[in-house]
Amino acid sequence: MTGVSAILNGIFEPGLFTSEPVRVAVVVGGVVSLVSAVVGVFTVIRGQSFAGHSLGDLGTTGGSGAFLVGANPLWGFVAFALVGAGAMELFEARRPRQRDMATGIVLGAGLGIAALFLYLGTTRSNTTGATITILFGSMFVIRASMIPVFVLLSLSALAVVALLYRPLLLSAVSPDIAHARGVPVRTVGILYLLALAVAVSLSCVTIGAVLSTAVLIGPAAAALRLTKRPGLAITWAALIAVAVTWLGILLAYDSYYWPPARRGWPVSFFVVALVFVVYLLADLASRRKARRQSAHAVARREDRVGLPGDSDRTGPAGLGAR
Amino acid sequence: MFAGFMVHAWVVATMVAVVAGVVGFFTVLRGSAFVAHAVPQAGFAGAAGASLIGISTFAGLGTFAVVSALAIGMLGKRGRHDAVTALALVFMLGLGALFLSWSEEYASAIYALLFGEVLGVSTNQVLATAVLGVVCISAVVILYRPLLLSSVMPEAAEARGVRSHRMEMYFLVVVALVTTMSVPVVGALLMFSLMVGAPGAARSFTDKPLGALGLSVGISVAIVWIAIAASYETDWPVGFFVGVLGAVFFVTGRGWAAWRRSGAGRVERARQPATGPMRFTTATGMNTEPT
Repeated sequence: MTGVSAILNGIFEPGLFTSEPVRVAVVVGGVVSLVSAVVGVFTVIRGQSFAGHSLGDLGTTGGSGAFLVGANPLWGFVAFALVGAGAMELFEARRPRQRDMATGIVLGAGLGIAALFLYLGTTRSNTTGATITILFGSMFVIRASMIPVFVLLSLSALAVVALLYRPLLLSAVSPDIAHARGVPVRTVGILYLLALAVAVSLSCVTIGAVLSTAVLIGPAAAALRLTKRPGLAITWAALIAVAVTWLGILLAYDSYYWPPARRGWPVSFFVVALVFVVYLLADLASRRKARRQSAHAVARREDRVGLPGDSDRTGPAGLGAR
Repeated sequence: MFAGFMVHAWVVATMVAVVAGVVGFFTVLRGSAFVAHAVPQAGFAGAAGASLIGISTFAGLGTFAVVSALAIGMLGKRGRHDAVTALALVFMLGLGALFLSWSEEYASAIYALLFGEVLGVSTNQVLATAVLGVVCISAVVILYRPLLLSSVMPEAAEARGVRSHRMEMYFLVVVALVTTMSVPVVGALLMFSLMVGAPGAARSFTDKPLGALGLSVGISVAIVWIAIAASYETDWPVGFFVGVLGAVFFVTGRGWAAWRRSGAGRVERARQPATGPMRFTTATGMNTEPT
């Protein structure tokens, strides 16, 4: 957590990208936030933000477990997130409130297991630093040999979302209509949750659990405040996510000599702060738009109230003249 | 297991369990599990900030918990509630990361805040926990009927003059207070497991609100007692046992409900039309964007 270079050194194997670590961060961060934002639009529309966040925490638990037994952390992340997604879906959670509870139970159990892994990790290796690492920015190394797997997994998450585009939206907006039209609502839900698990665990392993949720939910939520059209929202979300990530990396790089510690502010802080600001701006814009529209609507309604042919808007006076 | 230094742990953990059972019941009923997860972590950021500038972590924790709860309530009124909660959560965690990067504290202090330190509780902490616990329980007792009504049937509550959004804000403040009370002793993560696991299990056993509330408290206390005893015996963290026991109780409850449904299916089916669609519409209404 001591500045951008440490994080980059942690994420990428030293010696592989010695020339331009920042450029690599820009590329990987950009790709990961792009995938997250696209998947995130559906997460927000379907009201599964909690699941998206929980899968990140579960993946992190898996990552620390893999760390403990010396396996490749990426598999720990993906495996735990997939198992968590399956467990959430197992509690036949069709109503949003039940789904909320099922997610909470799985997350609670996952956090308990995380506590155990961390305990075992600290008692064996005698370092508590792992806790902070795991929660606030993952330092797990992605080996060069894993990059094809990484790309393949992100593409598969995107492919699931692209293939299920229409049924996903329909079953999110109205499960009943989707069911009536022969959409297998539950299967679509499970497939989506699995895609979400893969996308989230990939972003967790590269940019950490906090940022994973930030780029999954933040840009998508802001985009959906700006537009109601899903296609446009996906474009907006992707743009916002990539912009915010790049700007965050840049600011963190610049902050190296900033007070008070003079060792750089964390990237995660910049990215979440930017995401939050973007959301607030989008919220403000959508409220102004809504107010304008409602003003128009009132004006139109007043027009219609007037007698046929009576086009002047003087209201009572006009009526009285008649 | 009941030696002098353990007495405080048992007392504090029992108090926290009772309050978690009561407030958690409403958390599950309102579908606010995400808020119950987010607010304690926000409080954790506040504690990190307070330790940085050298004031009481209790104050920092409480301030951040209340502020984030109110922010979630206000932003959630317009936007999607769960997305706003996620945003508030990551923003607070980001702030926490910033504070941690500034401070020279050892990581173990942070570890204690997240996972709790039941065995290191002082007499002052016991008193503070007791006072906040009484405040939380009294708030729930005073708000009991309107809160219950607005949780189960928001439309009917509005018709009777209960302001749903105001209830939501009151409830969020109660969650923030519970957080302030519990995080220093049991930690952010354990508290969340208790607040969701026990009431979730209790709801599978009975439909009556008061019965479920009582059962929720009972299960919560049982989980905590078993967890402390098991932790004492094995040296493994309390949080592990609480998290896993919560899930075990929940699965047991679900299994019991399924078994009973197969036995008394007719009764259950006869009741379904009355409650099913109503709950469904309110629940979906919660997640659709207000136009």
